[in-house]
Amino acid sequence: MSVDILMPALSPTMEEGTLSKWLKKEGDKIASGDIIAEIETDKATMEVEAVDEGVLAKILVAEGTEGVKVNAVIAVLAEDGEDAGDVKPKSNGAAAPAKSDAEPVAKEEKPEPKADAEAAPAAPVLSDPSIPEGTSFTDTTVRDALRDAMAEEMRRDETVFVMGEEVAEYQGAYKVTRELLQEFGARRVVDTPITEHGFAGLGVGAAFGGLKPIVEFMTFNFAMQAIDQIINSAAKTLYMSGGQMGCSIVFRGPNGAASRVGAQHSQDYASWYGHVPGLKVIAPYDAADAKGLLKAAIRDPNPVVFLEHELLYGTSFPVPDLDDHILPIGKAAVKRTGTDVTLVGYSRMVGFALQAADELAEQGISAEVIDLRSIRPLDTATVIESVKKTNRLVTCEEGWRFMGIGAEICASVVSDAFDYLDAPPARVHQKDVPLPYAANLEAMSLPGVADIVAAARKVCYVDQE
Amino acid sequence: MATKPKGAKKAPSKASKAELLEFYRAMLLIRRFEEKAGQLYGMGKIAGFCHLYIGQEAVVTGMQACLKDGDQVITGYRDHGHMLACGLDPKGVMAELTGRSGGLSKGKGGSMHMFSREKNFFGGHGIVGAQVPLGTGLAFANKYKGGDNVSLAYFGDGAANQGQVYESFNMASLWDLPVVYVIENNQYAMGTSVARASAEVELYKRGISFEIEGEAVDGMDVLAVKEAGEKAVKYARSGKGPYILEMKTYRYRGHSMSDPAKYRKREEVDDIRTHHDPIEGLKGQIIEAGHATEDELKNIDKEIKGIVKDAADFSLESPEPDASELWTDVLREVEGV
Repeated sequence: MSVDILMPALSPTMEEGTLSKWLKKEGDKIASGDIIAEIETDKATMEVEAVDEGVLAKILVAEGTEGVKVNAVIAVLAEDGEDAGDVKPKSNGAAAPAKSDAEPVAKEEKPEPKADAEAAPAAPVLSDPSIPEGTSFTDTTVRDALRDAMAEEMRRDETVFVMGEEVAEYQGAYKVTRELLQEFGARRVVDTPITEHGFAGLGVGAAFGGLKPIVEFMTFNFAMQAIDQIINSAAKTLYMSGGQMGCSIVFRGPNGAASRVGAQHSQDYASWYGHVPGLKVIAPYDAADAKGLLKAAIRDPNPVVFLEHELLYGTSFPVPDLDDHILPIGKAAVKRTGTDVTLVGYSRMVGFALQAADELAEQGISAEVIDLRSIRPLDTATVIESVKKTNRLVTCEEGWRFMGIGAEICASVVSDAFDYLDAPPARVHQKDVPLPYAANLEAMSLPGVADIVAAARKVCYVDQE
Repeated sequence: MATKPKGAKKAPSKASKAELLEFYRAMLLIRRFEEKAGQLYGMGKIAGFCHLYIGQEAVVTGMQACLKDGDQVITGYRDHGHMLACGLDPKGVMAELTGRSGGLSKGKGGSMHMFSREKNFFGGHGIVGAQVPLGTGLAFANKYKGGDNVSLAYFGDGAANQGQVYESFNMASLWDLPVVYVIENNQYAMGTSVARASAEVELYKRGISFEIEGEAVDGMDVLAVKEAGEKAVKYARSGKGPYILEMKTYRYRGHSMSDPAKYRKREEVDDIRTHHDPIEGLKGQIIEAGHATEDELKNIDKEIKGIVKDAADFSLESPEPDASELWTDVLREVEGV
């Protein structure tokens, strides 16, 4: 059987090329791996290696020919025992591209673009499990609520372990892992060297290997060293493996501004991680949510980025005295109901929004406050529901405005509830500069209660600019 | 370059006839598979990046022979050979290259991103060096669970200059993790030779400051690979910690399909091919020892050609993934929370 030698594609973009030189002539014996010709592509001159062996029976495209299409038959090879004089190309003529044997089937069946082309399968409606009547509550700091969540899950599941810098013997840089070493031992509470890229990757590998790691970053600022492993290895592998290689892992630590620590230690990464399909991203405000959501994150079969806030660690909130307080990921909470304006925030900004709502109430403005709790999935339904009632929206985030969480919420609200809006939505955010160190400049840069009050008054048309 | 001088007579091998023939078959399957992949790429049936393993076959073939059930393998983007060595179906691999539903990742991963839980093959990673901490993490899980399984983390001479490799070395040695680091030194990181990129060109020494044992191995000789591999795997399995093997090997083809390979002379490639080819070398040993005749080996060639042809046919007949697959496998469903 003769074999057609086709004009090869030698780069992802090549469509045609120049057959610059034949290195073999008709009648030559050819072995697999021999260089038979040189081809000039749009980028370089490449050598063409023979794949099959035999005798070069016919050259169909002379050297020097330009514009030879990829897959055109350029020569014919006679195989062992065949008469080189008899062979003919099996494909159609030299100039035409060879007919492909299996046209991609789905080409003509592109799904009709829907009104909202981004519509993934609808998410189920979630709600918090109701807390049984008569349940007592204990005031607990966010720090201890997080600790309790980890301890409870480690008791429940032997494969859960925590690793990070100073998590064990030092008891946690921010004492979030306090006393875990004493209870669970050094096998499950692992002090790492200062090596974020390495231990984040090691954690993902351990998750591939069937464990459920909790990887603590001393702060998310340091996770920048590890972001490749979080995104390229943790978030994308399930998809790239066709569903085989999931990765149950939690990356947690403080996120956002601390106090007078300067630009490199004060950044909100919610929109960075929120951008990535394959991740879940949580940013709780109070202690009960911190506990219920961290427990859910640890049990989740997916990679979860859990953004805490250093300035909330010491704040106490009532936490229900339940054996297993766990919350669904992806559900926002209405923290205060109101009728005039919707204030949407996450993490520490929720506290500011609640204070702003108090001030606004004194001024006769009734604000509804929504705690997003989860950045991805983002519960836009709860926000839109609220805006349909209040007709006004203020988003509150500690991060920069540009490409921020507020931008995403505004786009969703404008897209899905445009006719309900009585004013353009407003965004409260950090100023568009690296966070300064000087006390006065730092205060000017970070968003606070006064910014939220001013934005709310503006969208209510109390203050005209 | 291979460490053995040209045409060196090897001591008679201790390996059995069955083992030698199995190595021959395994290496030939990779060679023919890769040649076919190159051809399908030339026909436009395989797209994107495609990094062929031709020339390096002895490395994975010899190392795989050192593993037992439950041991894991992880590598970078030049991964087709590793998958075939792990026993993955050539049809599934080829159909992934053509982006079809019958591919190992349902067509959603491509050449650089394939995995198999069943065969303990953990990818297939496209970011140079990222597989090294991941493979170290697999070893961490092995130790945590208390078994004696070992992970093999393969990477190239290029990846050997990534910082995360040394972060991994440090933790693996600190915690005595059962991982064997296999550096496939094929002399060129894309177009940059080892000497142009590495202050220390003897890559097996890269573990010295982490107190990790390392040795250089003739990666063009499957029996030398196996001998070194067995020692390294035994060391890691016994709980002593990581081990580094630097395989001196060579890739015949360009870095990827679109590499014109102008950074080396044709004569250099021809020399290795003629004098150090792992398959030809083994073939000579088999015939010399009287384990098989040329004709018997030709029958194996024929059989392999058939397997590769079936894989290619399957990869072209298998339909593209269904449009609904666009949305699947982004996140796993949460159960029973």
